[in-house]
Amino acid sequence: MGNDLRSAIRPSLVMLVLFTILTGLAYPALLTGIAQLVFPAQANGSLVRNGNTVVGSELIGQTFATPKYFRGRPSAAGKGYDATASSGSNLGPAAKVLVDRVVGDLKTVRAAGLSGPVPADMVTASASGLDPDISPATAYAQVARVATARGMAEGVVKAMVDAAVVAPLAGVLGEPRVNVLMLNRQLDGGGAQTAP
Amino acid sequence: MTVNGWLLIAVYAALLIAMAKPMGAWLFALYDGRALPGRVVERGFYRVAGIDPDAEMSWRQYAIHVLIFSFAGVLLTYALLRVQGMLPLNPLGMKAVDPHLAMNTAISFITNTNWQSYSGESTMSNLTQMAALTVHNFLSAATGIAVAFAVVRGFARREASGLGNFWADLTRVTLYLLLPVSIVYALVLVAGGVPQTFDGSVVATTLEGAKQTLVLGPVASQEAIKMFGTNGGGFFNANSAHPFENPSAWTNLLQMLSIFAIGAGMTSLFGRAVGDRRQGWAIFAAMFVLFIAGAGLTYWAESSGNPNLHALGLAGGNMEGKEVRFGIAASSLFAAITTDASCGAVNAMHDSFTALGGMVPLFNIQLGEIIFGGVGSGLYGFLIYCILSVFVAGLMVGRSPEYVGKKIEGREVKLAVLAIAVLPLLILGLTGIAAISPDGLAGRANQGPHGFSEILYAFTSAVGNNGSAFAGLTASTPFYDGLLAVGMWFGRFFVIIPVLAIAGSLAAKRQVPAGPGSFPTTGPLWVGLLIGVILIVGGLTFLPSLALGPIADHLAMVSGTLF
Repeated sequence: MGNDLRSAIRPSLVMLVLFTILTGLAYPALLTGIAQLVFPAQANGSLVRNGNTVVGSELIGQTFATPKYFRGRPSAAGKGYDATASSGSNLGPAAKVLVDRVVGDLKTVRAAGLSGPVPADMVTASASGLDPDISPATAYAQVARVATARGMAEGVVKAMVDAAVVAPLAGVLGEPRVNVLMLNRQLDGGGAQTAP
Repeated sequence: MTVNGWLLIAVYAALLIAMAKPMGAWLFALYDGRALPGRVVERGFYRVAGIDPDAEMSWRQYAIHVLIFSFAGVLLTYALLRVQGMLPLNPLGMKAVDPHLAMNTAISFITNTNWQSYSGESTMSNLTQMAALTVHNFLSAATGIAVAFAVVRGFARREASGLGNFWADLTRVTLYLLLPVSIVYALVLVAGGVPQTFDGSVVATTLEGAKQTLVLGPVASQEAIKMFGTNGGGFFNANSAHPFENPSAWTNLLQMLSIFAIGAGMTSLFGRAVGDRRQGWAIFAAMFVLFIAGAGLTYWAESSGNPNLHALGLAGGNMEGKEVRFGIAASSLFAAITTDASCGAVNAMHDSFTALGGMVPLFNIQLGEIIFGGVGSGLYGFLIYCILSVFVAGLMVGRSPEYVGKKIEGREVKLAVLAIAVLPLLILGLTGIAAISPDGLAGRANQGPHGFSEILYAFTSAVGNNGSAFAGLTASTPFYDGLLAVGMWFGRFFVIIPVLAIAGSLAAKRQVPAGPGSFPTTGPLWVGLLIGVILIVGGLTFLPSLALGPIADHLAMVSGTLF
């Protein structure tokens, strides 16, 4: 037993150091090198630029409060869409806090003129708090508000949403969705400048 | 529930079945060790460390080397976490990690649990993520597979005293399986949008003029091995729900497949090694049935949604804590897979699942993560149930208990029961302590039965070495960090030691040719018996705790009682 213990010490320490160098330093360094060469846009966060200004990442949602923009889902990340503090609400199905929050958000939604059933993703917090997408139903539910705020015809705004709906891959994989940041850039007329 | 949702589950199931055999062949080459190409690096490692890769180890030696190696890993990781503030590659200026959190994290990553009491983007430097955490994503996975190899040798060998060499198994698994797959896999993830950079962050000016700090880092390199090695410790707090870890529906499918890849392959390896492939497929079949049942139940519960929100005029299933790009089907499927295995990565927040939808992940872990399971640990955990099942069959129909040509005797059954008893003892014991102490109760984010579920889930996840959470629980306190670390350590090694002991005693036995008195361990009858034993042992032990947590929560939910 004592012999076995002693004989284990040297290989344990040496192998730990060797594998730390190999899998902890060489492996990520090699990958960073290849990724930066081959997929620089994705490797650096799929950033979206207006001219030289970074306005966000295509993959990360952001806060939209003014009526002229489509809004994303409620966010539990920090004070809302804080990309340094990704988080869901972690509220259980019978939590009073959850129901109160939804009641509050529904008031806003209803005040903006939505009648009928509310799409589930519209007033529920996402898992990451950074969800960049909303369902098409949630987007269509906001068309009237956005059109009024911008003084645009509803038909024009609706057509932009139509064009922004991403269908499931091969018809099976994923859910139909609308990327809120990309749609709002289209509205601002920034659609011509696509992500690098 | 939608046609698309079921189609996704069907496509996943088909790919899983297709994956088992090729993965098994790859694993068998490593297990066997004779036909490996170009071994310069491997030999170099042995030379520097003074290892003779052909020296056979007894079960005791194997276990001691696993333990010392793991303990050394804990110490080094702890040290790195404590001094990260003084080391390079720290673009966001992260400070030293608190002692209790550093200890918890070190044990968490070495035991393949990857429970995260911390939030990655605000705690860990890039160097820590790589040199402390990514490393043990590899090594804890390789250790699990190595132990499984040793256990399989116990069943496959005749009148042998050795179970192979731990260092050779560890090195081969890392060099010829985990590392090459991770390199390719990580690059595919980068192509799909996962960042891979040494920069810390980018500040964006949003369309409304606010500042948004986007945290970046070497995410893809950790993400790949996090999934393939069933580790589950994310770069970010939100784990695979974070768009930078899991940007799209197809990266999500890939991540789900990679969780089960090695676990499915191990069943095939077992069949090859004992010389009867049907033995491997029988295990695969039992796992597969349990997997589909759990995934289907979660999908149904989540699609049914939350009546408390329906009452307010919301349509459809439960989207609280889920991402739009995954939707309900892919979130439910992921939850079942990650807890069937000991992965613990999450693409949706289990805390916000409906009561029954959240019970399935909890119950999956309580069964011992033997449904494909953690890499290596899934198979050796399942083999314990095989031993128990032939013993039960022997008692019921008076057959002599034999399994794959080995006579199962008192010593093996006692050790098997010991390995199975560790789980409920630790999970229920530690949950009990937390549920009556002020420090334990203070951590809850939810009140009522759901608060108890949070505590129960935490210890279930820790002892089962899963790492997922009902994440509302505030666990970064000395109380939880300490108790959870105890759970993780003993949950890992108090299973590994008895399992290796079983393998040691089986390896020494002669082969008993199957006779008319042998209970057949292939075919539907055996698969049914296995499933029954797993559900009865798992179900009966944990049913009272489930009644207090998720089942009470469900009754509250459907009756409109709020907490």
